[in-house]
Amino acid sequence: MTKERSDLLQGTLDLLVLKALQLEPMHGWGITERIEQWSERVLQLGQGTLYPALYRLERQGSIKSEWKVTENSRRARYYSLTRQGRRQLDSELAQWRRTSRAVNQVLEVTTP
Amino acid sequence: MRWIRESWRRLRAFTRFDALERGLDEEIRFHIERQVDKNLRAGLTPDEARRQAYIQFGGVERFKASTRDELRPALLQDSLLDLRYGVRALRRAPAFTLVAAVTLALGIGATTAVFTVVHGVLIKPLPFRESDALVSLKHTAKDVGAGPPVGISLSLFVSYASHNRSFDALGVWSRGTEYVTDGPRPEEVTVLNVSAGTLRALGIRPARGRWFSEADQAPEAPETVILMDGYWRRRFGRDPAILGRRVTVDSRPRVVVGVMPAGFRFLDESPDLVLPVRIDPVALTLGGFNYEALARLAPGVTVEQASTDLRRIVPLWVEAWPSFPGIDRHAFADTTPLVRPLKDELVGDADTMLWVLMGTIGIVLLIACANVANLVLVRAQGRHHELAIHAALGAGRGRIARQLLAESLVLGLLGGTLGLLLAAAGLRVLTTVGPVSIPRLREITLDPTVLVFTLVTSLASALLFGGIPVAKFGGRRVALTLRAGGRGSSDSQERNRARNVLVVAQVALALILLVGSGLMVRTFVALRAVPPGFTDPDHVQLVRVTLSEAEVGEPELVLRLQRDMLDRLATIPGVTRVSFTANVPMAGERSRSIFTRSSIWREDVPMADPSKPPPIRWFRYVAPGFFHTIGTHLVAGRDFTWVDLEQRRPVAVISENLARELWLEPRAALGKRIREGDGSPWREVIGVVGDVYDEGVHRQASSIVYWPSFMENFCGQQVTVPRAVTFAIRSSNAGSERLLTQVRGAISSVKADVPLTRVRTLADVYARSLAATSFAATMLAVAAAMALVLGVIGIYGVIAYAVTQRRREIGIRAALGASRGELAGMYVRRGVKLALAGVACGLACAAVLTQLMETLLFRTSPLDPTIYGLVSLGLVGIAALASYVPARGAAQVDPMQTLRGV
Repeated sequence: MTKERSDLLQGTLDLLVLKALQLEPMHGWGITERIEQWSERVLQLGQGTLYPALYRLERQGSIKSEWKVTENSRRARYYSLTRQGRRQLDSELAQWRRTSRAVNQVLEVTTP
Repeated sequence: MRWIRESWRRLRAFTRFDALERGLDEEIRFHIERQVDKNLRAGLTPDEARRQAYIQFGGVERFKASTRDELRPALLQDSLLDLRYGVRALRRAPAFTLVAAVTLALGIGATTAVFTVVHGVLIKPLPFRESDALVSLKHTAKDVGAGPPVGISLSLFVSYASHNRSFDALGVWSRGTEYVTDGPRPEEVTVLNVSAGTLRALGIRPARGRWFSEADQAPEAPETVILMDGYWRRRFGRDPAILGRRVTVDSRPRVVVGVMPAGFRFLDESPDLVLPVRIDPVALTLGGFNYEALARLAPGVTVEQASTDLRRIVPLWVEAWPSFPGIDRHAFADTTPLVRPLKDELVGDADTMLWVLMGTIGIVLLIACANVANLVLVRAQGRHHELAIHAALGAGRGRIARQLLAESLVLGLLGGTLGLLLAAAGLRVLTTVGPVSIPRLREITLDPTVLVFTLVTSLASALLFGGIPVAKFGGRRVALTLRAGGRGSSDSQERNRARNVLVVAQVALALILLVGSGLMVRTFVALRAVPPGFTDPDHVQLVRVTLSEAEVGEPELVLRLQRDMLDRLATIPGVTRVSFTANVPMAGERSRSIFTRSSIWREDVPMADPSKPPPIRWFRYVAPGFFHTIGTHLVAGRDFTWVDLEQRRPVAVISENLARELWLEPRAALGKRIREGDGSPWREVIGVVGDVYDEGVHRQASSIVYWPSFMENFCGQQVTVPRAVTFAIRSSNAGSERLLTQVRGAISSVKADVPLTRVRTLADVYARSLAATSFAATMLAVAAAMALVLGVIGIYGVIAYAVTQRRREIGIRAALGASRGELAGMYVRRGVKLALAGVACGLACAAVLTQLMETLLFRTSPLDPTIYGLVSLGLVGIAALASYVPARGAAQVDPMQTLRGV
């Protein structure tokens, strides 16, 4: 339990997963690593929470998975965005930006 | 077994559930390994690296579970999953599972067993083609005396056969015994006399040979016989060349023309031989309703239409045949046909008892379910916290409900399976000890319908006892209890209400059953209290001896041999009295060779309407000393003597009720004269004896005329002597093998090679007449005992649970100075209060429900206050006791310990 760990707002995890998969297909562990790196280790997921999210997204049709062999010749399930996933990413990003800007504006109001 | 496993495998492959599960396992394993690698690179020791990896991942199983939730597989997979959870959960709680499953197994097993009987006897169609079209024909006639409907006379059968427009086939039949005399010694066989239409109506073909045709019925036709499968096997070793062989029945050789198929039962009869009824149209008269009739309705004809059709024929019949001498033919004009489904006729009055039994057992099952529901509630309360967390984590209402239900379903199926085994064992007992008076008992099997019934019962029970906790804990409110922290509110009134209601229901149901069985036991006691007309039947040995016409021709010789046998029997040590009769009381014995009932005319009062015959009375033929031997007391006058028989005196003895009916007073009957036919000599009443309940003690005692076993000019016969008589031997050794050996010796010393048949004691006959009632009483008592035990366990459980839940409170009360007595009393009061509520509800229900069993009762009101009072008091007392045991535990709580332990 790291102090810096922030509770993710509900729905945010889905957005992060989609974002992480934007560039290339990745397996589950890779996704957690990438999110940690990008967030400079502020967002340390309880790694297990990732899997329900992955299965949920796959069921919704935003991502798809296939079994591949890694560079260390081990079998791993790779996830990639579907077309619907890319659209979802775009719309959720836009939504997120609107929300975060609004939140920031509220927080930056200087009290008299 | 292998196909089950195979199809299971396929099912799983089909649902791909396992593939997904394995995939998830592998994926998570891969994830952890990568994390371990990373941690190693960061410089952790291997153990620490692995430990950290798991910590970083969080609970593996927990996330697997929530991932599975995300999978949301098809409903079937989900249910399988839930069932698997159910199995796992039950395996973790073996004590709970055992108690619950055994309780259920008892309830379901008993229900299945009784349903099997109800199904086999009442519901299942008769084992004949299109058996709904089969009907029986009976007749009532006001003038020939009230009483149960009689069968049919041959003349009426002939009239029906030629005039009816309703039947595809119509036949008559009667049962009897004959002697096969071509073996080394005469063998008594049971026979069925049938007309050609009888088996045509049933639609059963012989396995070999042919069925009787109308030609076999003609008076001069060659004598023929059809063998039943059992007799063919026993006597002829399944001889394939049996057709055309001869069997000598009663000294007359008969040609075997057919063999019936194995497993064929004629209604409830399984005779040895089938003989054709001889119909000589020239000799027929209107009377003689000694046959039974059955018919197959033509397609589209209803029972009512058939009745109307037959009523139309009755006047034609009255005009077509001669009457008895001395009886006007119009006395027969009010003969009314009764047509009813053959199955109803066969089942008779067994249906009330069986349905009452079925209802009773259903109540036992309800009580068992209530008990299990109680257990499940306690268990659910134990897992309350867990369920609340599930709910808080977002598990849907339906999902929690399903999980709770799955466990109950598994439990229900487990109980059902065990119950089926119990039922199979119970049925074996039931079909062997069940009374002969239950018809079709031998047709009963655990067939597919019964299996479906058991499955449905199990599932319904599971929904019943599983549904209550679901209703309580499946709701969203569960989340609220998290806040309460799980302790303070654990004894909330609201939660105990469900358990209290269950206990009240259990007590109420148990009371209904106890009242029911109490009424039945009282009926049984009342029946036993009726003096049957004989005393100490345990010590009366009965054996039947027949001297056939072929072997002993002369009637005088028959009498002499019978008397010699008596003398020899009397010399057996321990035998105090001995005599014989042609027809044993209460045994329902009828014979074709002697008249067992007929009209009786009296000399002193002439008939008001000479065209109508006087009422019918039962006849019994006895040797001197018979009354004394079986213990029928002499009310007035004297018994027959051997001199009466030797001199062929025209004398008779009558039963007390007949004497009172005809002459108001037993003594007044002495010296009066009666006769059995218009042209017969008058016979003087020399004695009056106590009533004998020939039809069973639950019916009115029959009015009986006793005739000496040797008479002349009786019923148109020159000399009447019964050739088949039953010796009644009073001895303290009755029923023992030793006495039988001595009896056999005594009989064969008079005439060698005479077989003893129908060996039994008078007590056997008596018990058989009580069999239906004692069976019902026993079954109800067993059901009530089960209900009582389950109900007591229910009360005990509720109080014990309340005590353990409130140890803290009890400790505080004790610390504040409450005495032990007060504390125990508090809980006993609580138990008694529940019991009282249950008794109140139960009394109301019982008062209504017991009306249904009124026809089963004898000299007992369905509202018998003694039974109701005793049962209520007893139940409350037992409830107090059941509460006292756990309550005493409460009083022994050490206040300091509880307070500290908090």
